[in-house]
Amino acid sequence: MNNSRALSFGTGLFMLLGFAALLFLTTQTTSHGISLFRKAHYDVTAKFDNIGDLKVGSPVSMAGVEIGRVVKIGFDTRDYKAVVTMSIDSTYNQLPTDSDASINTQGLLGGKFISLTAGGAETYLKNNDQIDFTQSALVLENLIGQFLANMGKSGSDKPDAAAPSEKTK
Amino acid sequence: MFKDLGESLIDSVVRVGAIGRFLIRLTVQVPRALLRFDLIVAQIYNAGALSLVIIMLSGLFVGMVVGLQGFELLQRFGSEDALGTAAAIGLVKELGPVITALLFAGRAGTALASEIGLMRATDQLSAMEMMAVDPVRHVVVPRFLGGVVAMPLLAAIFSVIGIYGAQVIGVQIMGVDSGSFWSQMRASVALEDVTEGIVKSCVFGVACSLVAVYEGYNAIPTAEGVGRATTRTVVTSAVFTLFLDYLITASFL
Repeated sequence: MNNSRALSFGTGLFMLLGFAALLFLTTQTTSHGISLFRKAHYDVTAKFDNIGDLKVGSPVSMAGVEIGRVVKIGFDTRDYKAVVTMSIDSTYNQLPTDSDASINTQGLLGGKFISLTAGGAETYLKNNDQIDFTQSALVLENLIGQFLANMGKSGSDKPDAAAPSEKTK
Repeated sequence: MFKDLGESLIDSVVRVGAIGRFLIRLTVQVPRALLRFDLIVAQIYNAGALSLVIIMLSGLFVGMVVGLQGFELLQRFGSEDALGTAAAIGLVKELGPVITALLFAGRAGTALASEIGLMRATDQLSAMEMMAVDPVRHVVVPRFLGGVVAMPLLAAIFSVIGIYGAQVIGVQIMGVDSGSFWSQMRASVALEDVTEGIVKSCVFGVACSLVAVYEGYNAIPTAEGVGRATTRTVVTSAVFTLFLDYLITASFL
């Protein structure tokens, strides 16, 4: 009797471990998850014209130091902008209200992250405040499009301006 | 020589057919075997809980290698942040189910085959038949079901430990940002990827357990025969696993 109890206990433990692993796989490795273990923090929002491929969970950094995470990405239907909610670690509670948020890229093909630059105001950002100065993500296609358009314009307006560059080839 | 080749080809077709028929024979007995639930629990313990150590150790090392190789490769393209995605997809869809199935065939499959084979060799199965106890229902089906239940759970544990191993190498040693590691993983691993892994591990569980009990049950009742049944269990399970892996992967694409 005692022996079979121990056996059932071992089996039960194994099965619980297995189901815990399945639960982990379905909730923590996919986007259906819930994030556990969050430290004390406060939320700040910012509106961007374009957020590129910024994702929930992307880092928020200031001077290269990570100070928080993106926790929510929404869409403002009135002015057609992306509303990004960032959760900033409570240790960094002295960010000026006129700070500026821009979306940068990690490496050449890396993910996007938000970089904050401190302003000069004497008042600090509080929970649910909004950052007014934002700079959108650079979209590579737009950048190339702009570059090509400029090239075309300068080529047709000033034909002699393009000529020297051809000579140097 | 060609005659030999033709015969061995026919032999393998006959074997596949015999294994298939054995599966039907087992399936018919499953409802009645479920009444003796304690037998199944004991077999889940044998096949699952006792394989836990080898599965966890292998998972950790496989994950660490994936982390190391993945980091080394992704670094060349400057996108180390995708390491979490690469490791999770690789482990959940492929490495977890396949390596677990191969280890399962080596650890639990051989144990099943030699146990049942030895019962056959020592006439225990015949003795059961004499007492009007169906050996398939009381010996084979519980072992089969134990393996079928244990295998997906082992594969899930393998994948989780593997992801942890990749995380240890990538984040803690190589310095990939832990937020990017997890957030990119969550953003790009779909629920279908996890489902594919679970389907695979269930199918492999059925295949490996079936091969093991089939080989054991049909072992030649000598010491040599039991040994050969054990060897054939591993070989056949591995071939079945890799073949089915291709089929399932192709059907999920």
